[in-house]
Amino acid sequence: MVIGESKPLAEILEMIKDFKKVVVAGCKGCVTVCNAGGEKEVAILASELRIARKAAGNELETLEYTCERQCDPEYIEPLDDLVKDAEAVVSIACSVGPQYVTARYPFVPVFPGLNTISIGGATEHGVWKEFCQACGSCIIGEFGGLCPITRCAKQLLNGPCGGSSEGICEVGKGSIPCIWQLIYDRLKNLGQLHKMQEVKLYKNWSTSRDGGLRTTIREELKQ
Amino acid sequence: MTAEYTAGSRLEKIFKSGQKAVTGECGPPRGCDVEHFKHKASFLKGNVDAVNVTDNQTAVVRFCSMAAAKILLEMGLEPVMQMVTRDMNRIALQSNVLGASALGIKNLLCLTGDHQSFGDHPQAKNVHDMDSVMLLHTVKTMRDEGKMVSGTEVQGRPKMFLGAAANPFADPAEFRVIRMGKKINAGAQFIQTQCIYNMERFRKFMEMANDMGLTEKCYIMAGITPLKSVGMANYMKKFVPGLDVPDSYITRLKGVPKENVAAEGIKIAVEQIQECLAMKGISGIHLMAIEWEDHVPEIVKAAGLLPRPKVD
Repeated sequence: MVIGESKPLAEILEMIKDFKKVVVAGCKGCVTVCNAGGEKEVAILASELRIARKAAGNELETLEYTCERQCDPEYIEPLDDLVKDAEAVVSIACSVGPQYVTARYPFVPVFPGLNTISIGGATEHGVWKEFCQACGSCIIGEFGGLCPITRCAKQLLNGPCGGSSEGICEVGKGSIPCIWQLIYDRLKNLGQLHKMQEVKLYKNWSTSRDGGLRTTIREELKQ
Repeated sequence: MTAEYTAGSRLEKIFKSGQKAVTGECGPPRGCDVEHFKHKASFLKGNVDAVNVTDNQTAVVRFCSMAAAKILLEMGLEPVMQMVTRDMNRIALQSNVLGASALGIKNLLCLTGDHQSFGDHPQAKNVHDMDSVMLLHTVKTMRDEGKMVSGTEVQGRPKMFLGAAANPFADPAEFRVIRMGKKINAGAQFIQTQCIYNMERFRKFMEMANDMGLTEKCYIMAGITPLKSVGMANYMKKFVPGLDVPDSYITRLKGVPKENVAAEGIKIAVEQIQECLAMKGISGIHLMAIEWEDHVPEIVKAAGLLPRPKVD
């Protein structure tokens, strides 16, 4: 799923400083699961914004709504009634959300209340990690099911580099496991260590964002 | 290893003559102070066979390795141009290889490079279109087959003698030699190792390299960095990943009066050089006297490596 994280309150306050009435729009998709942009977070953010503005002597009115999803135009539609009475929207979906909201309301300013961090998942309660960079051409099958593009700081396909020490990557001050150590251990378990000896050549990055904006078309589903 | 030269650099010729080679290192400055760079490099002239010029090492901006390599050529020194894949994609890398060759640079060391989070621009975007192994393959293919990564024909092949780095002290320990073998398979003709302090572990690494036949396919140079002070030794031990400085060296440095610490560091380096040269499969020494270039003549002389051989 997409992992998001709230922007600092001060940053959001700065973005909406010129407005008196804003919609705070959440999303019931990924960002609800990672506790960053769901119904609960909408209520908390709206309340924090109001309190901060009141304290600053510049009261703010908030309208709250949490969309089923913000990455589908039909689920943006229910915002119409709120947006018509507001001066701006703060979306706390992943950054797809505010862009869908923008598309629907050409004359209304829209701001992101979240930072979209990664495609990943929870590894323990309250901890989410990145697992995919959407390179568009998955190669993890060659690496024991683990992704060196995402999880190696240097995106090596012929790792590990000289910065792997006792299973830990030199980047990240000891907090990041060396994915190449994990790939090594995994291939060893699978009896496929010989795969580590193959020289891996160039990756085709044209399927990644390097190839330009990506559009996925499924003809059989198109109307 | 055939007697034919792929690039015909002095370094390649010395290796192929069967003599032990010595390379030094000279980091370009963090500005365009050419005189400072030339001054440092002047200590290496006649004392080493070729000089590595680093490519924004530790991800700190310095003047570029190609310019530094050209300056060395003008000074009559042979450069080993380092090139990292961190900052350039395959278009820029290949372009720089062609340009370097056009300038007369004949030795190229292919590296991935230190991560930018260690440098002076930690907010920079990295590239990593390729890694060091791929870069070796790229330049080898341009040189030997006249083809770029895309398959496009190269008009005038870059004659480069290709090198790579190896760190015998990182993990997984048993994989380090295999990874060096991958670099050799991809095109590395010589290897310069990370600074060696743990001689025991290095000896095991070389035994494995010999057993795998890698020393028959490639010239391996032992990386030596003299310890200038107790502080430097402690820093290397604690903060440089994969660098394993044994306590015995630190004890030795601590055991001499302060004014003699540098001399003791040099003595240790000379002993290490001699010990490495005695190991089967070692074809030379890569002396990385970091910001201590003026001590290189003394170290090389004390190690019995002067005068340097002359080749045509």
